[in-house]
Amino acid sequence: MKTRSKIRIPMPARYVINLALVVGFYFLLTGLISSGIITNYWTGILITVGINIILAVSLNIATGYLGQLPLGHAGFMAVGAYAGGIFMKATPAAALLKEGNTAALIPYILAAIVISAVVAGIFGVIIGIPALRLRGDYLAIITLGFGEIIRVVLTNIDSVLGFDFTYGAAGLKRIPKFASVTLVFICVVLACFFIHTMMKSKHGRAILSIRDNEIASESVGVNTTYYKTMAFVFSAMLAGIAGCLYAGYLGSLYPSTFKFMKSIEILVIVVLGGMGSMLGSIVSATVLTVLPELLRSVADYRMVAYSLALVVMMIFRPKGLFGSYDFSMSRVLEKALNFVFRPELRKGKEEADNEQN
Amino acid sequence: MSLFVSQLFNGLQTGSVYALVALGYSMVYGIILLLNFAHGDIIMVGAYTAFYAMTAFHLHPILSVVLAVVTSTLLGVVIEKVAYTPLRSAPRLSLLITAIGISFLLENGAQLLFGADTKSMDTLVPGNVSFGSVTISYTAILTIIVAVIAMVALTLLVQKTKLGKAMRAVSEDMGAAQLMGISLNKTISFTFAVGSALAGIGSVLYLCAYSQASPTMGSMLGLKAFVAAVLGGIGSIPGAMIGGFAIGLLEALVAAVGLSVWKDAVVFAILIVVLLVKPSGIMGHPVTEKV
Repeated sequence: MKTRSKIRIPMPARYVINLALVVGFYFLLTGLISSGIITNYWTGILITVGINIILAVSLNIATGYLGQLPLGHAGFMAVGAYAGGIFMKATPAAALLKEGNTAALIPYILAAIVISAVVAGIFGVIIGIPALRLRGDYLAIITLGFGEIIRVVLTNIDSVLGFDFTYGAAGLKRIPKFASVTLVFICVVLACFFIHTMMKSKHGRAILSIRDNEIASESVGVNTTYYKTMAFVFSAMLAGIAGCLYAGYLGSLYPSTFKFMKSIEILVIVVLGGMGSMLGSIVSATVLTVLPELLRSVADYRMVAYSLALVVMMIFRPKGLFGSYDFSMSRVLEKALNFVFRPELRKGKEEADNEQN
Repeated sequence: MSLFVSQLFNGLQTGSVYALVALGYSMVYGIILLLNFAHGDIIMVGAYTAFYAMTAFHLHPILSVVLAVVTSTLLGVVIEKVAYTPLRSAPRLSLLITAIGISFLLENGAQLLFGADTKSMDTLVPGNVSFGSVTISYTAILTIIVAVIAMVALTLLVQKTKLGKAMRAVSEDMGAAQLMGISLNKTISFTFAVGSALAGIGSVLYLCAYSQASPTMGSMLGLKAFVAAVLGGIGSIPGAMIGGFAIGLLEALVAAVGLSVWKDAVVFAILIVVLLVKPSGIMGHPVTEKV
């Protein structure tokens, strides 16, 4: 008997499936908002969820895929937020926002996002090149140091140089609030798509090989310095974009927001979700943002619970909730199709799984 | 000139606290290669213990000090047993994340228990002594003396006793030390106990110097002490002392020229420069990476 080969969904179709899912989810979301099921208050939380997802997936590049532990992620977020905020304040965006002229606003928003990504990326290079010469705890502590320096500089630079840029500890206020659900949603999707495709490419494999064994990967010809810096800079750029959205959502920025604590909060999200799993980061960013809102009455216990969860997780399930598992709709569809149309393949399930990995 | 001398003593005073805390970091790092983020928060717990012992229970200051040191020591050992021992063979990243988790647990736990506000108390050792135009507080003199005594005691402990020898052996080569009949668990616990006891002493000295305690006091103090340990060469006891005094003096210097808001940035800048130029620090030995 001739064995029929397994059904595989070809590549373009996979993108179409994912695109359809994303678009469907978007319309579901906007439908729920316009029909009033998701209230204004929850729309705000939804935006925060989106920002946290970007922060988490961006830190995941450095932590999960590159296997380093930077503790200065809030610093990059701060740089992006201030860059975007200062730019948007300088443009006529506030007036356009008042008029409701969304179409005219788009170029400014795009420019703000690009600027914050570029500025955060530049800081990523400045910090990454020296920091990445070290590893492990030293890298953690040096990035922490850089993050703190960024915060101290943001607090004090105006009084030293006589500028009116960051407004120091008093905070940068009256930034046009340009972050809408649609904008944040698009940014989240693009960030995830970008990371996904990068990690599936040759560059992604190089980054993973550095995580698994840096010396071995160097010895087979991977330019480790280049790829480490690349991953680090992308991580910083995405954090900058998240910061920009944050500025556009809150409308005011204070250096004290971007303390070491903020970096740890992002790290908790990544670690709980599973280092190296994008799905994990997304789920845990959502849960860890929504849960405290639902449990307002016990909000004081939030950080205690976070830190306890971190310790317990490391002892009992160091891979995080999802490990390095990532969800793929196409894979689920493939499995279903094979199950229905290729009954003779059911026995060889294990082999098929191996083949897929 | 008198300003310079009094700043010098200020620097030596803070430096003594940094040095004591840095010793704890350095010893733990030397033995299990863990950057013990929770170390700074052990100081916070010690300070709160002494504070409440004196204000709420009206214990004699010396008894309170003993209580603070004992609490810190026990806490250090418990943390090691509960959180770090199960992870001894885990990747170092997991261990580091656990340490961060413990640190935040202590900080936020303290915030819940004692409130987020800063608790202030009267100075433990009031009074000053004057040398001509220079005035130095008794606290500063006491701090420096206690720190020096503690360091001498530690050096004797590590160099002259059997346990000290075991500690040195384990930090040299864990596997070989175990083969020679040294109990790893005991030695590591002992290291944590000694480091945490030093942190306890540091906490009391901190309380003497600033007369206040807050839940987050340990994190910045701990980080700076870690910078001191790195500057001196992590794993090296004299290095931690030199590093501690150097950071303390540097901070005093920065404050003296009127840039005290930049103090933290300067300390971290020093860290970055040291890590880039000579990661092994002043007294450390360079380590080569093996496959």
